[in-house]
Amino acid sequence: MSELAVEVNGLKRSFGDVHALNGLHLEIKPGIVFGLLGPNGAGKTTLVRVLSTLLQPSAGSARVLGHDVVADQLAVRRRIGLAGQFAAVDNELTGRENLIMVARLSRLSAKEAARRATESLERYSLADVADRRASTYSGGMRRRLDLAAGLIASPPLVLLDEPTTGLDPRSRQELWDAIAALQREGTTVLLTTQYLEEVDRLAERIAVIDQGRIVAQGTPSELKDAVGQSTVSVQLTNAADQDAALAALSQHGIAVGAVDIQRPSLDDVFLELTGHKAEEPVLEQA
Amino acid sequence: MTRVPERPGGRGAEPLAYSISDRRHLTPAEVLSDTRVLAGRQLRKVLRRPMYVVFLFIQPVLFVLLFRYVFGGAINTGHLSYVNYLMPGIIVMTATFGSMTTGLGLTEDMAGGVVDRLRSLPISHAAILIGRTAADMVTNLVTLVVMIGIGLLVGFRPSQPIYDFILAVLLTLAFAYVFSWISAWVGLASKNPETAQSVGFIWVFPLVFASSAFTPTTHMVAPVKAFANVNPITLLTNAARDLMVGGHSATAPALWALVWMVGLLLLFVPLAVRQLRRA
Repeated sequence: MSELAVEVNGLKRSFGDVHALNGLHLEIKPGIVFGLLGPNGAGKTTLVRVLSTLLQPSAGSARVLGHDVVADQLAVRRRIGLAGQFAAVDNELTGRENLIMVARLSRLSAKEAARRATESLERYSLADVADRRASTYSGGMRRRLDLAAGLIASPPLVLLDEPTTGLDPRSRQELWDAIAALQREGTTVLLTTQYLEEVDRLAERIAVIDQGRIVAQGTPSELKDAVGQSTVSVQLTNAADQDAALAALSQHGIAVGAVDIQRPSLDDVFLELTGHKAEEPVLEQA
Repeated sequence: MTRVPERPGGRGAEPLAYSISDRRHLTPAEVLSDTRVLAGRQLRKVLRRPMYVVFLFIQPVLFVLLFRYVFGGAINTGHLSYVNYLMPGIIVMTATFGSMTTGLGLTEDMAGGVVDRLRSLPISHAAILIGRTAADMVTNLVTLVVMIGIGLLVGFRPSQPIYDFILAVLLTLAFAYVFSWISAWVGLASKNPETAQSVGFIWVFPLVFASSAFTPTTHMVAPVKAFANVNPITLLTNAARDLMVGGHSATAPALWALVWMVGLLLLFVPLAVRQLRRA
């Protein structure tokens, strides 16, 4: 495939005086997990909404697999799957019914929709609760159901807007496993997140977004290397070795209990790239 | 779950079960199929929450009791007994209030992200609203049947031929369908369920009460009377009343009610669809 999965040029979107997207450029090659890292209000959700045709850009252009998100909305919607932090599932319907509905609306036949729903429920460990109402699901189960719904029609591009925000560590791990599996299968994934660890684990390429613009791009290592030195902390087996340790480490084999390498954190990356902290409140749009 | 089983051969090996179409527009058959799926979803949800339907009855039943047994005696309705005068009005009111659930449901779906999910699918935006309003019409029909039953219990005695009676119910149902679209527009335009709850109902109150639903308009103060006489709810109530218990010819009010319905539909269908695109 030579065509880009996502191609964004000079994209702007304002809400009153707030410029959620402020001349954003972005290119995503097909077949990779692309991580979009940024704090609240950086413009991540706005970008995902523009790419999924939910929101019209104020200026600039965006193409999804060669199709313009404004002029060719139907073509774009046929090619994307959307899932995110709000877990858009119908509480009164069962997990299976939720999936079948989305599959049917994605133009799959009733038979195929039912087959895929069963397969997805299995795949996302929801088979046991398939015929229970989604209102009885835990937060992690709802997110997995939401993800399954976004993927039910095997779209070539999947947009995941902060899929793990607010999840407990175990649910987060489960979702990470699911995303990693997508990558192995060659689906293009745009993953937005506030967590460096998440893109570090999953994404082949990362872009850092701040105030509606991409401020840095590269592989996870490149980004972190650009920021600064790693910290190596060494835990010694014998406390008495402490004084000699630093000098000896470089030349001799000293018994080491644990080595911890601390790479720059998200905060470091942000501070370095944007000049302000990640947690600093920035106006968030809906 | 710590392990996600892959399909044998991975995604690349499994051919897409459908080819991605490149048509720029959906076919009418596709829109119809989407509408059916979405209406089915809505009806299924209603069946799962029967209390929700019961709530739709509580208010009209209270109104029946209040007007039939408390205020009714003081209202002069000429040759018609008050209960026969009242019940067509109650039926119209029930349908009108019932149609307000369209907007409330849509704001709920918006807040839950379901509207975003639906809008990101390759379906017609209109189908989302047509499916929803169609399902609400079915719910409305059920509430109307129940209210007619309650009317019969408290002494309502329709005197006109059954086909006239059915025509009155169909006219009322069509009217409620039109109001569903207004409600959809109001609901989509108000950004949260709380606003929709208050704003969503406020605009129907003057329409329902400054009408001939509960009392003849004859004794209303002049400006209210002028409003009431052109109010679509008055026209519909008069038509339904004439078709159910007789009195005057239903033709004129029924035609005027239809004119209102067509006009409102032409106005609010595009407004609601446009509002959904912006939601």
